[in-house]
Amino acid sequence: MKISTVGYSTRQGFKNIARNKLFSIASIATMAACIFVFGLFFAIVMNFNYIVQKAEEGVAITVFFEEGLEQSRVDEIGDELRECDGVLDVEYVSADDAWESFQSEYFGEDSSLAEGFKDDNPLANSDNYAVYMEDVSKQDDVVSFAESLDGVRRVNKSDVVADTLSSVNRLITYVSIAIIAILLAVSIFLISNTVTMGITVRREEIAIMKYIGAKDGFVRAPFVIEGVVIGLIGAIIPLVLLYFMYGKAVSYILTRFNLLNNILDFLPVTEVYKVLLPVGLALGVGIGFVGSFFTIRKHLKV
Amino acid sequence: MIELNEVTKEYSKGVAALNGVTLKIEQGEFVFIVGDSGSGKSTLIRLIMKELEPTSGTIVVNGQNLERLKHKQIPMYRRGLGVVFQDFRLLKDRNIYENIAFAQRVVETSPRIIKKKVPAALSLVGLAQKYKSYPKELSGGEQQRVAIARAIVNEPAILLADEPTGNLDPTNSWEIMKLLEEANERGTTVLVVTHNQEIVNEMRKRVVTMKKGVIVSDEQKGGYNNED
Repeated sequence: MKISTVGYSTRQGFKNIARNKLFSIASIATMAACIFVFGLFFAIVMNFNYIVQKAEEGVAITVFFEEGLEQSRVDEIGDELRECDGVLDVEYVSADDAWESFQSEYFGEDSSLAEGFKDDNPLANSDNYAVYMEDVSKQDDVVSFAESLDGVRRVNKSDVVADTLSSVNRLITYVSIAIIAILLAVSIFLISNTVTMGITVRREEIAIMKYIGAKDGFVRAPFVIEGVVIGLIGAIIPLVLLYFMYGKAVSYILTRFNLLNNILDFLPVTEVYKVLLPVGLALGVGIGFVGSFFTIRKHLKV
Repeated sequence: MIELNEVTKEYSKGVAALNGVTLKIEQGEFVFIVGDSGSGKSTLIRLIMKELEPTSGTIVVNGQNLERLKHKQIPMYRRGLGVVFQDFRLLKDRNIYENIAFAQRVVETSPRIIKKKVPAALSLVGLAQKYKSYPKELSGGEQQRVAIARAIVNEPAILLADEPTGNLDPTNSWEIMKLLEEANERGTTVLVVTHNQEIVNEMRKRVVTMKKGVIVSDEQKGGYNNED
């Protein structure tokens, strides 16, 4: 294709949008509505995943050592645990640390209660590793690995929390895949319908081009450019709307439901948009391209 | 130039729009194809344009056997043809200049040449002053003149006109026929499908008469007796 033809096709694509205002607005609105719902759901799913992931990270396995184990072996155990699959972090908790955290947790402000113990740490020999998981579904493997290590006396774990979290995580993944798939199918159906309507109106124009001797590419190019531009605008509008609505929604939820403040931790909008922006734009452009490319194909057989 | 050999076209099984038509048109000829509605005239034009495929028989145009033409080669083939329709088929949302320039852009003519050729084509059909007008601002005769300018701007070897005067009054009809004759005088082969008795009888060109899908007469300097 000549450069002048590329320029002409691009100009025609934009002119088509302006000429067929109603059709263009209908297409952009359909696309924007679909991508808005998609983006909304996408942001919710991402936050759910984030909250579950945060909760998972809080789940720790506690690894206790045999009495009088040498410090070098303790360090080795730490290294071996760190290399395990699914482990996020391994933290050494000395007997004194354990006692201090026990005191603050159970005696609170009333330090007199603890005074009876004075320098006699009741939790001597309780130094341990707190192993934080990145993926709780791998907890069982890490536990049996830790139990098999020399110098390990006991391993404590929380099965219920880990099982609940990993099944919640699985559920969210399946549900989100299903809903996103349905939304995509609906969007493609709606948009290809709108594009079909637009092209049917211009069937005569396409036929004239073909009678004159236009190649398929020449006929198709302005329509595809039109589809891509409509897709792009149809994606930008909901993405901008969602961007501003996101922050408002998060602060509304947190002020309205104060209690949730400690439980819920929402992703910042920039984190959500690192994924949502390229995915949303690609979706708009992709659907616009595919919709116009394939819809016009059947009209080219003149 | 145009050769049809035993061409049959059936739209549905057993109903033939064309039935074993054999016809030869030489370069530079001016030929009228006449006949009643449903005689197969328009089917003939559509077959030559390769808009339709014959059920049997062969069509050779400009030395090309249309049967062997692949889908990709059709645009190049059609660039050798100029087509004029009864309903003008102009792009309503573009002005006259753009309508004619459009035919040139389709065949990827450079913008520099387009700027020269479009005004020349408009002058040929006497509409140089109206290049900014839109089709709806023109009379039927003027619109058909624009369609002819569009058909001849790429200098095709063959001009096909399907009922070009069907929607026009006698004065405009004569103007259109004059333009087609001028194109023929410049060397273009012209094929006109019509049932305008007055024009056919007055112009004394070659007349091919069709009835129910077959050619019933083919006369040099012929006439036409429309029984409708």
